[in-house]
Amino acid sequence: MKVLELKGVSKSYRLRRFWGRGAELTVLREIDLTLHRNEVLGLVGESGCGKSTLARLALALERPDRGEMRFLGEPFWELPGRRRKSLRPGLQAVFQDPAASLNPRHKIEALITEPLRLQGVPRTEARERAAEMCRLVGLPEEVLSCFPHQLSGGQRQRVALARALIPEPAVVVLDEPTSALDVSVQAQILNLLVDLQKRFGMSYLFISHDLPVVLYLSHRVAVMYLGEIVELGPREVFFSGPLHPYTEALLAAIPGEGRSVKPLRGDPPSLLRRPPGCVFHPRCPEAGALCHREKPPLREISPGHLVACHKR
Amino acid sequence: MEGGPLLRIENLVLGLKGRSYPLVGPVSLAVDRGEIFGLVGESGCGKSLTGLACLGLFPPAVTPLSGRVLIGGDDLLALSENERRFFRGRRVALVFQEPLSALNPVLTVGHQVEEVLRLHRGLSGTAAREETLRLFSEVGLPDPETRLRNYPHELSGGMRQRVMIAMALAGNPDLLVADEPTTALDVTVQAQILALLLELRKRRGLAVLFISHDLTVIREVADRVAVMYAGEIVELAPRESLFAHPSHPYTRALLEAFPRLGVRQLRALPGQVPPPGHWPAGCRFAPRCPEKVPACEKEHPAMKALSAEHAVRCLRR
Repeated sequence: MKVLELKGVSKSYRLRRFWGRGAELTVLREIDLTLHRNEVLGLVGESGCGKSTLARLALALERPDRGEMRFLGEPFWELPGRRRKSLRPGLQAVFQDPAASLNPRHKIEALITEPLRLQGVPRTEARERAAEMCRLVGLPEEVLSCFPHQLSGGQRQRVALARALIPEPAVVVLDEPTSALDVSVQAQILNLLVDLQKRFGMSYLFISHDLPVVLYLSHRVAVMYLGEIVELGPREVFFSGPLHPYTEALLAAIPGEGRSVKPLRGDPPSLLRRPPGCVFHPRCPEAGALCHREKPPLREISPGHLVACHKR
Repeated sequence: MEGGPLLRIENLVLGLKGRSYPLVGPVSLAVDRGEIFGLVGESGCGKSLTGLACLGLFPPAVTPLSGRVLIGGDDLLALSENERRFFRGRRVALVFQEPLSALNPVLTVGHQVEEVLRLHRGLSGTAAREETLRLFSEVGLPDPETRLRNYPHELSGGMRQRVMIAMALAGNPDLLVADEPTTALDVTVQAQILALLLELRKRRGLAVLFISHDLTVIREVADRVAVMYAGEIVELAPRESLFAHPSHPYTRALLEAFPRLGVRQLRALPGQVPPPGHWPAGCRFAPRCPEKVPACEKEHPAMKALSAEHAVRCLRR
């Protein structure tokens, strides 16, 4: 069953200039993405590719300019405000920096129970559920009376996770949830995420720049480049191929895998200077004349495996 | 001076002013000419402070308690601040993680590199400009003429890091201390910068003290690797030996915690690194160690040689 659907979604922002209006920045272009029940969908791409904007659209924090966002089968932005509000607890998020996403003046108990108090759950019951949640995310109950600065980075991320899970969401958007953590703590949090997902059966949209981390956690993976999805497939295809040249470059750039591939030339281009044709052609080792001219459609090359490339 | 290591740190202990407990150390290591030496560990293990000490730099609250930092034959810690300044840039140079905060935003990058050339090599005018252009092409900046007139914000993260490296090379140092030089970069750009460092080593015989939290990056570039935990080195080995036979339980735990392609289960290490002042009297890793025996909590292990070049700080090896 589809819990979250983005259909042909585009998002642009108008840059502000001192005099008048600046250029239009198209951050996302015609994104189609479906998140199924009980699924972990990974989203990988380099900085500036639009993955965090996609997270904001998936969380219904922003309305797409074009296209549709459906949540639990309903067209979210067409619904009356009251209905939208009642659906929102089903969409939860965990961000990269738990120090920035937790109010430093609130105690952990207040932070974790806030979603419940907004729903009108009585205080004693909220406290009990918070204590239960602490146990599930591996925090001692004593942290409930602490402030965020008294906890370590890993513990703070567990608090952020407890707060996201307490309203029993259908979808959790995880935007670089382990990027600020040390390796040994990252492994703890990744394993915890896997356990919780199996236990509760919610869906994750897991966003990261780190392909090995995404492949570790996800059932399916989407690769983004410059605001477009260039490849989407089950995790297995990323070990066997054939793949989009950009995905191949991402895999080859993973350090310590013992492959000696020439690094990709250049930097990802700016969204303001989006190349015509295939967005990847200026850096692509295989680009031909057609790639300069025409944008390749996202085609299914084997069941469930889509690639946007003229050469595949 | 010839023949010996370029940099030798001997029993360096760093502490906080006004506190009795040590923050880092004792640390001993040596970096040879033309060698890329990887220093790896998690945040707070002391790797960055050790790196700064190689330039005789200490954050305001930090002070060296004992030990020596030898560059060639001179002990940086025994020199005055003025004498140390001679070494910085000319013998040892530093590259930081975040080039955007290390570069001056209101000066062109050309101006900033020329400033270093004036200070360290007395170049000015056309000579400085030409040398800057040469450095820019050496570090692989595209279109160096245009780059001279660019401000830091006009460059991408990868290009800014290339400017930082050009600036570090401006004084013709023998040793580059690179503190997480690729951590803020995208993976495809990280691969470019790592390739550049390897090339500079080959072309200039440059030695690099490469500091990172990322074992996979270290594996890509380092000739020898030291793993730090709670202020001390727990394992020191040539790269092949370290990754083929990781011997300290912490090194093994770090390797198993890293998500690699195709790994289905990460083994997470329980607990956290003890902060300075709370280091256990015995082995500092003992409270988290899956292999500990009672003796580990009583006796602080010394570095023990497993082979000529592979040493480990563990009672059980």
